[in-house]
Amino acid sequence: MQTENSFLKVEGLSKSFKIGSPPVFEGINFEIERGEFVCIIGHSGCGKTTILNVLAGLEDATDGYAYMLNREIKGPSLDRGVVFQGHALMPWMTVLQNVAFAVKSKYPNWNKAQIIEHSKKYLAMVGLVNAENKKPSELSGGMKQRVGIARAFAIEPKMLLLDEPFGALDALTRGVIQDELLKICSETKQTVFMITHDVDEAILLSDKIMLMSNGPNARIAEIVINTLPKNRKRANLHHDPMYYPMRNHLVDFLVNRSKDLQVKGSTGGLDGYQPVLVCPGLHTPITQ
Amino acid sequence: MNKLSVKTRGMILSVVILLMALCLWHIVTAPKVVSTPVALTGSSEYQALMGQGAGTTVEKSGFPTLAKMGETFYQQLSHPFYDNGPNDKGIGIQLAYSLGRVGLGFLLAMLVAIPFGFLIGMSPLAYEAFNPFIQILKPISPLAWMPIALYTIKDSSISGIFVIFICSVWPMLLNTAFGVANVRKELLNVTKTLEVSPMRKAFLVILPAAAPTILTGMRISMGIAWLVIVAAEMLVGGTGIGYFLWNEWNNLSLSSVIFAIIMIGLVGMLLDIAFAKLQKAVSYAD
Repeated sequence: MQTENSFLKVEGLSKSFKIGSPPVFEGINFEIERGEFVCIIGHSGCGKTTILNVLAGLEDATDGYAYMLNREIKGPSLDRGVVFQGHALMPWMTVLQNVAFAVKSKYPNWNKAQIIEHSKKYLAMVGLVNAENKKPSELSGGMKQRVGIARAFAIEPKMLLLDEPFGALDALTRGVIQDELLKICSETKQTVFMITHDVDEAILLSDKIMLMSNGPNARIAEIVINTLPKNRKRANLHHDPMYYPMRNHLVDFLVNRSKDLQVKGSTGGLDGYQPVLVCPGLHTPITQ
Repeated sequence: MNKLSVKTRGMILSVVILLMALCLWHIVTAPKVVSTPVALTGSSEYQALMGQGAGTTVEKSGFPTLAKMGETFYQQLSHPFYDNGPNDKGIGIQLAYSLGRVGLGFLLAMLVAIPFGFLIGMSPLAYEAFNPFIQILKPISPLAWMPIALYTIKDSSISGIFVIFICSVWPMLLNTAFGVANVRKELLNVTKTLEVSPMRKAFLVILPAAAPTILTGMRISMGIAWLVIVAAEMLVGGTGIGYFLWNEWNNLSLSSVIFAIIMIGLVGMLLDIAFAKLQKAVSYAD
């Protein structure tokens, strides 16, 4: 199948876990441009993590295709770094060893000094220089997640996949790491696909937000372009005139509209559905 | 002073219990002085020879007294490595023979169980295929293999090693398979996304992740092996602590039998402590 020149393209993706039962999600179509930060929001059970796993190459879709740089995604690759929900650090390795393990996997021909230096650079980026010889069990939840982020960045992937990376963190720690992630991503022009449940997190971090309807038969209902300025900060986010239209739109979707498509989808009324593009605050094509 | 730690208080109590047990031993085995009615018939010399001397006799218990035990301990431990021919060797030599057999059988079991456990832990198919055989072979008493071992190997010493091998192999095999099969899926997903080679994955991820479970299996195996070696050596004879014990029973030297029992217990405890240390060294906090 011929694809256009987008960085990542997903076409008609669907997944059913049991033969005969309705698919968790179906007809998933979206594209991600290079350097874009994309968040996906939806209620539990709509298959967000499955979509991420398909992009990571850890799971196969029942139907449909995912392409990165015009090549179909088949199996995991060092081109796509993953930050897992539960940090997934090797508990017997120190922080530095955990990152170095990933670096060694990416650059098998580097010597020890190069690997250590490279690993330390990324640990410094997430502010963990002093903890490099600690075991994960000696770290707080936020620090563990930072190691996970450093490990994913250290392999310098073409794309980063984040599965609710801050879900288990308290609000203060979450805020600090969000700021760090925002800074690192804008510096490195990293392409990111991230799952979140937190509307404010999505507004702060992403360039566009994909809204999924409820599962089963979940779809990407809307793609919301973030209308807030690019240099947004957590501190002044809520003062931006675009903030409330944006936030209201997202919350309204989650509370009210996310069920509607599910009903239509399960009766087959949505075949060939393309998500609506929305710019909240500028113009809102969907009326309540 | 009045607040000693539980550990210290426990130790004090242990010593008290030991002293009480020794006291009881002493009272039970103490020679009783019994006055027997003197039958003044027949030759007194004959009666003396028959242990029916005039006046009082000392009725001796067949069970060794504490003094006798102390003497045995002193004798055995002061020359642990003497060798006066096939039936008279020091306790150190006998223990060394037993430990040698256990060590060899255990090592062979390790060489088989760990790689094989890895295989059936990694492959659900292999696990399903081999599981029925393992489940049948596991509950067989290792000594039941002895006749077959003696018939096929035709060497009693190697048969002893085989028996140790066969009893140590199952706990290690099952624990290795269990540990390998239960490595957290997240960690395996990490290795997948990092495209880690199968060898690096096996040695740097699966082995350390499963190491605590594998060592638990090794510790259980070692415990069983030390239980079994005594019985095996009693059957096979020749050398070893089990043979020593049986030999002393044939000599009707109960004090040496008790001495052997205590040595078996002490060595078993030391082996367990060593494996507990190893286990601690490879375990990790999650």
